[in-house]
Amino acid sequence: MLIDARTVASLAAGAGVFGGGGGGDPGLSEMLAAHAVAVHGPVPLVSLQDLDSEALLVPIAYVGATTVIQEKLPNGIEGDLIREWMERLLDRPVAAFMSAELGGLNGVMPVAWCARAGLPMVDADLMARAFPELQMVIPTLHGQEISPVVAVDERGNVGVFTTITNEWAEKLVRATAVAMGGTATVGVYPMTVADARRVSVQGSISRSIDVGQALLASSHDPTAELVERIGAVRLIEGKLIDVHRRTKDGWPVGSAAIEGTGPDQGQILRIEFQNENLIAIRNGEPVATVPDIITVVDIHTGRPVVTEILRYGQRVTVIALPCDRIWRTDRGLELAGPRRFGYDLDYLPLESRV
Amino acid sequence: MTQRTGSGLRLGIDVGGTNTDAVVLDAGDQVLAKAKEPTSVDATAGIGEAVRTVLDNSNCPPASISHVMIGTTHATNAILERAKLGRVAVIRVAGPATHMLPPMANWPDDLRESVEAGSVIIPGGAEMDGTDVYPLDVASLGGFFASLDRFDAVAIVSTFAPVTNRHEVRTREAVIGLIGRGIPIVLSSEVGSIGLIERENATILNAALARVAARVTRAVQQAIASRGIDATTYFAQNDGTLMSLDYVRRLPVLTIGSGPANSIRGAAYLSGCDNAIVVDVGGTSADVGVLASGFPRISALPVEIGGVRTNFRMPDLVSMALGGGSVVGGTPDAPVVGPASVGFRIAETARVFGGTVTTATDAAVAAGRCRIGTHPSPVERAMAGSVMDLVGSMITDAVDRVKLAPGDQPLVAVGGGSFLIPDSLPGVSGVIRPRHYEVANAIGAAIASVSGNIDQIYDVAGVGRAAVLSRARTDAIRQAVLHGADPEGTEVVDLEELSLQYLPSSRLRIRAKAAGPLAAAATTPDGYGRPREPGDF
Repeated sequence: MLIDARTVASLAAGAGVFGGGGGGDPGLSEMLAAHAVAVHGPVPLVSLQDLDSEALLVPIAYVGATTVIQEKLPNGIEGDLIREWMERLLDRPVAAFMSAELGGLNGVMPVAWCARAGLPMVDADLMARAFPELQMVIPTLHGQEISPVVAVDERGNVGVFTTITNEWAEKLVRATAVAMGGTATVGVYPMTVADARRVSVQGSISRSIDVGQALLASSHDPTAELVERIGAVRLIEGKLIDVHRRTKDGWPVGSAAIEGTGPDQGQILRIEFQNENLIAIRNGEPVATVPDIITVVDIHTGRPVVTEILRYGQRVTVIALPCDRIWRTDRGLELAGPRRFGYDLDYLPLESRV
Repeated sequence: MTQRTGSGLRLGIDVGGTNTDAVVLDAGDQVLAKAKEPTSVDATAGIGEAVRTVLDNSNCPPASISHVMIGTTHATNAILERAKLGRVAVIRVAGPATHMLPPMANWPDDLRESVEAGSVIIPGGAEMDGTDVYPLDVASLGGFFASLDRFDAVAIVSTFAPVTNRHEVRTREAVIGLIGRGIPIVLSSEVGSIGLIERENATILNAALARVAARVTRAVQQAIASRGIDATTYFAQNDGTLMSLDYVRRLPVLTIGSGPANSIRGAAYLSGCDNAIVVDVGGTSADVGVLASGFPRISALPVEIGGVRTNFRMPDLVSMALGGGSVVGGTPDAPVVGPASVGFRIAETARVFGGTVTTATDAAVAAGRCRIGTHPSPVERAMAGSVMDLVGSMITDAVDRVKLAPGDQPLVAVGGGSFLIPDSLPGVSGVIRPRHYEVANAIGAAIASVSGNIDQIYDVAGVGRAAVLSRARTDAIRQAVLHGADPEGTEVVDLEELSLQYLPSSRLRIRAKAAGPLAAAATTPDGYGRPREPGDF
């Protein structure tokens, strides 16, 4: 499969769904990727099964404030620098780039880096959703090390980190991103194809493209298609009647309330978010929690709405999707369950709650 | 806003696709006279006609008019038709950042071809905290301008210009040094808010409109002066508030979207509703919008103008190609309405005026919805009924799409073609057809207030959140006063704070809008500061 400008639009819509309100608005990465494939040609999307087991893959991500990328777009050399330094550090060629995070803008940006570098993109990622920190990925659950990490900026500054834990990389890279002006592009968890088959979610990119395609193609009820195709659960259809934001330890947190309309008249759904949507509470009862994915979709456009642009009065459908199975294990919940985000709630799979 | 400074009369004008409307309002906002004239091919002649007619109808001496407020589609049309646009030299101050997406990379080809003179990214630009991305280096600009064929305006865009426009200002000085002062130079910090590409697009469109704006403002002033009126003139902008002539010349792009905003504000005033659905049916198109707390509800999504993504805050609308002049065809079983329209030629071409084209107006007359024209409508009853059913379902669908509240809401029907709106619709508690409905946009322009908007990143470290919020309020009010508002009645009407995501930070992004009544600029050259006198409202 080749990713061209049209596929990029579908991938961006899908990245919005799997982003669960976080990961940054894929709109900007869609523009960047569409321009890159227009100039450099479409990007081959390759299955892990079709690559040599020993070939080197580099997952790539954008780290930092999503407001900053809206102003300070990348130079374009970032992907090449990451490739060059990974090859220097590991002494072998990079065979393909990979998305570290399926949801949000990181689900789309690797297309642009691949187009520019002339590399294929792997049909897999490390989360099958979006999470706020670099260690919150499936490789961590398997004991895979994040190092070496290469963090670069648009000027050509390069930081290389080898850290004692994956959490340390998160700390050091975040501080580096601040020094670089609020953002950095990073290569993380360099791994062989054999490793990737074990510690990534295979087929997630093509799944995201399918989901996005369904969303963009449907004219009347965009979410019905998602319920059918990917086991999404509709939590409510209604109107946003309250959005409350505050800052906790420098991080934006908040909640939104949706009042049901039509068949859901009389119901109230509250969503708690910290970058991503984390908990959905319907009529006082939790109905979905992280790591399952909670996504708000605009009724009119069918586009997912990131938490930053939730506004009073929007008409939305809220859906929830089951997360990848590994997030539901004890280790998975310890790394990214409700308690990890400060909620005194046990995780129960979405299917058992609704 | 009911208090007004000054006791002169106000003339409101709205230039639509089909008609140009004019109203004269007294200091108490009462309508003294109204007029509707066809919008001429040269829109400005239509303005002159409408002004003459309304003055004749009002029996008011031209000298009694103290303010003229005009909403016009000149800028929108120039962009949609890719006509009369200037060629813009674009200087982005951002290197080494942003090279990944050069200026105008995502524009439609035809618009880009008619607007782009050339573009360059020079070293410089600001970070979120106002420090340099890179030191500014204007050395390459000489070669850049030498390489250009022809250009009519210059757009200068720096990263994080809403935080600091230092590099934009210094780049402008360098450009003036190279090309002199004869050519308009637009800085992005004057035009838009956070979002480089969207702000850059708006800045380029604005620069491309500079000549159109100069011509239109001159022509409008002439048209008004030629009727003996000596008044301060304002243009309506996309949020339903006014901007001074000076600002229109600098920021013509903000007039885009003023028509729907005016009609919603006019509908609010005429109906007395603060919350309602407003349907404005003109000759060519219909807009369905929402009146929320007296102002148009604003779209939360990026707005495209002529296929270009911008970050303007526009009225949230559903628009349809449906108006009194829409061409009707098909059969009673399968009627077709629009999208073609006879537009301002309706008074010659529609059948009820003895013409040869069957329009929605002819069907409405045959269905007994209205009495218009000089000839009987030849449309058969069955056909007229099914055309009206189709029109009704188009409007019902659009109303459903803009509605936010589950219950029934009132609908205010305005515009010359509003007879096409049925008396009852699903989801609507009642259809209000206010007096002067056909000139609601012109009234909306005449009663508009003046606003100022800011969208900036502030640092709360050291000073605290309260101090920053108060500074943002002051900044918004200062903007409004700069645009011509009376400082005394100006207040912040909307304020929104956003934290930065994925970065622990002491910075807050604040959007604020202040609005106030017009200052009595006609009597005080600086626009404000005059003590109130007996007789002032």
